[in-house]
Amino acid sequence: MFGAWRRLALAIGLPLALAGSGPAAAQGANISIACGALGMELTLCREAAQRWARQTGNRVSIVNTPNSSSDRFSLFVQLLSSQSADIDVLQIDVVWSGMLASHLADLEGDLGPRVDAMFPALARNNRVKDKLVAVPWFIDAGVLFYRKDLLAKYGFEPPQTWDELTRIAAAIQNAEREAGNDRMWGYVFQGKAYEGLTCNVLEWVSSYGGGTFLSTDREITAQNPQARAALSRAASWIGTITPQGVLNYDEEASRGVFQTGNAVFMRNWPYAWALAQGEDSPVRDKVGVIALPHGPEGESAAALGGWQLAVSRYSRHREEAIDLVRYLTSAQVQKERAIRGAYNPTLTALYEDEEVIEANPFFATLYPSFENAVPRPARQAGARYNQVSDAIWRASYGVLKGDRTPRSALERLTDELDRIAYRARWR
Amino acid sequence: MSAASPLERSRGRSAWLFLAPMLLVLALVAAWPLGRTIWFSLTNATLVDLSSYDMIGLGNYLAYEDGRWYGIFTDPQWLRALWNTLVFAAVSVSLETVLGVMIALIVNANLPGRGLMRAAMLVPWAIPTVVSAKIWAWMLNDQFGIVNAMLFGAGLVEGPIAWLGGSDLAMASIIAVDVWKTTPFVALLVLAALQTLPREIYEAARVDGIHPVRVFFQVTLPLIKPALAVAVIFRLLDAMRMFDLVYVMTGSNEETMTLSVFARQALVSFQDVGYGSAASSGLFLIIALVTVIYIMALKPLGEGRQS
Repeated sequence: MFGAWRRLALAIGLPLALAGSGPAAAQGANISIACGALGMELTLCREAAQRWARQTGNRVSIVNTPNSSSDRFSLFVQLLSSQSADIDVLQIDVVWSGMLASHLADLEGDLGPRVDAMFPALARNNRVKDKLVAVPWFIDAGVLFYRKDLLAKYGFEPPQTWDELTRIAAAIQNAEREAGNDRMWGYVFQGKAYEGLTCNVLEWVSSYGGGTFLSTDREITAQNPQARAALSRAASWIGTITPQGVLNYDEEASRGVFQTGNAVFMRNWPYAWALAQGEDSPVRDKVGVIALPHGPEGESAAALGGWQLAVSRYSRHREEAIDLVRYLTSAQVQKERAIRGAYNPTLTALYEDEEVIEANPFFATLYPSFENAVPRPARQAGARYNQVSDAIWRASYGVLKGDRTPRSALERLTDELDRIAYRARWR
Repeated sequence: MSAASPLERSRGRSAWLFLAPMLLVLALVAAWPLGRTIWFSLTNATLVDLSSYDMIGLGNYLAYEDGRWYGIFTDPQWLRALWNTLVFAAVSVSLETVLGVMIALIVNANLPGRGLMRAAMLVPWAIPTVVSAKIWAWMLNDQFGIVNAMLFGAGLVEGPIAWLGGSDLAMASIIAVDVWKTTPFVALLVLAALQTLPREIYEAARVDGIHPVRVFFQVTLPLIKPALAVAVIFRLLDAMRMFDLVYVMTGSNEETMTLSVFARQALVSFQDVGYGSAASSGLFLIIALVTVIYIMALKPLGEGRQS
């Protein structure tokens, strides 16, 4: 508790402290950067940015941003659309590239070659209308966490398909409950009505071979038998192997259930690994990580996530800001972040670095997951992505809750996507 | 009436002179933003680039293309938000009016500690809405909220209730919090009216031996009606543009989304200035309509008093 308060005090005091520090406080540009909101993410960013400031004789100030990413997006939209120069460097989500592109500086000339050494899906994601709008900083992909000890105890292999997962989860959950562990559940994921649900749904539907709702040429493909099958499968979990409360779970809530030892399987982002292996974690050394299961005919699909650094078009110190991005996305800084915070590097070469692999053994085994991660339909939706995602998670939420059948939910989703297409003049 | 005298003309001029600053301010803070919103609602502007957009006429409101209808008036989400807003306004304002009158009658009576009660009554109204909304959201939390803990402790419920999760409960919870918060406002206005009522009427009623309930409906209610009408229209206008409580307690959840929350989502989250402005203008129209209907309904009442 005390630690949390100290971090809070630190976060509040930070911009002030930083503004006055540095050897060249009187000269050089003052670059403000918005990265992370708290915890390890903020610490790593602050330390690296300060190092850059010392080396170059500039100053940096960390801008405090809301922890919720949708609030952060609203803040950025308001600042950028009023052409404010308050923030020079912004940390943006992979799905924001298209939505914020018009406000971001073109980094192609300075950092184009570096981005080419990163995961191709991320590089593609950031080239909006032949402009490089952001440099990927760390990559995320949905993965399946499982309890090694429980699977071994009951003699199961890690599941390859969703049907296997359902079967194993039910078997272990029932056996554990009979053994007196009545808070045990089979599978937890992110079922709250928010962006995280869109990621989960995309993984189900895509791994059943049901596409990504909006094809690359903006064809609306939501209504198909595979998508219906995937949603039916997911809806069947609620109340059987998944608690009803999952309808309000985000990443941290599902991690809470898994890390206290009350779930056999969990879908989450890789950051949960470092925490599950923490010293006070009840499931330390009992956790395995594998690629997500797939449907009867599809292939495993992990939603592509991650954060990237962009430079505001309205920055008064564009050169220095780009230099800061160059430093923060360098192999050296990415390696440090991978080792200390389990942030997956975007430079593919770092997955062959021994120190990185030693700190995060699953990086090597999951490399294909990252490489083949399925992007959310952000590129095709462009500035309309938030609307598309909102429609996707609302439709799926209704199915999980039992209010709608997959068919009627996908029908409504098709109708809403059609409305978005009309307003965006896609046709 | 004869032609205006020089004195009257000069008085008219100075009246305009005195009114000018206020009219200027009104034009700047009300007319200009309103006009701009209506203007944007006729365009396809987005926050991606606010400097370039096309006029699309009434396309954001209603449009027919390729055999189907588009625009807010056919958008199920907007219609749902309209329904939510109307339900919220009707239920919350009715409850607040009834409870407000009852509370005003109680604190108007000669009870010991009346002054303290009048002050305490105003506390919910004095707390900033965002603060009280956040407090209530925590109190109603299904996992660690005190409301569930109390109900559970008293043995009234078996498991935690997701107050803000389910659709009917969430709307009921929001209405309950709004009633808690704004009943004091109605009570205050009614109390002020009650204090001006002549005592003689009540003495006469008592002498005639008329039942107190009948006194209330035949004497008190008609006399406080003008004040009550003002309180209700204030509350109605407030409730129709409800934003803060809903946004803080349940965010952009479709099941409790009001028209203002819809407009914010379109404008900020979706960066769709044209559509969001159309939603705002639609809300403006609906509030105007509701107000006109309300005033028309009250008119016979006012005339009755004059005759």
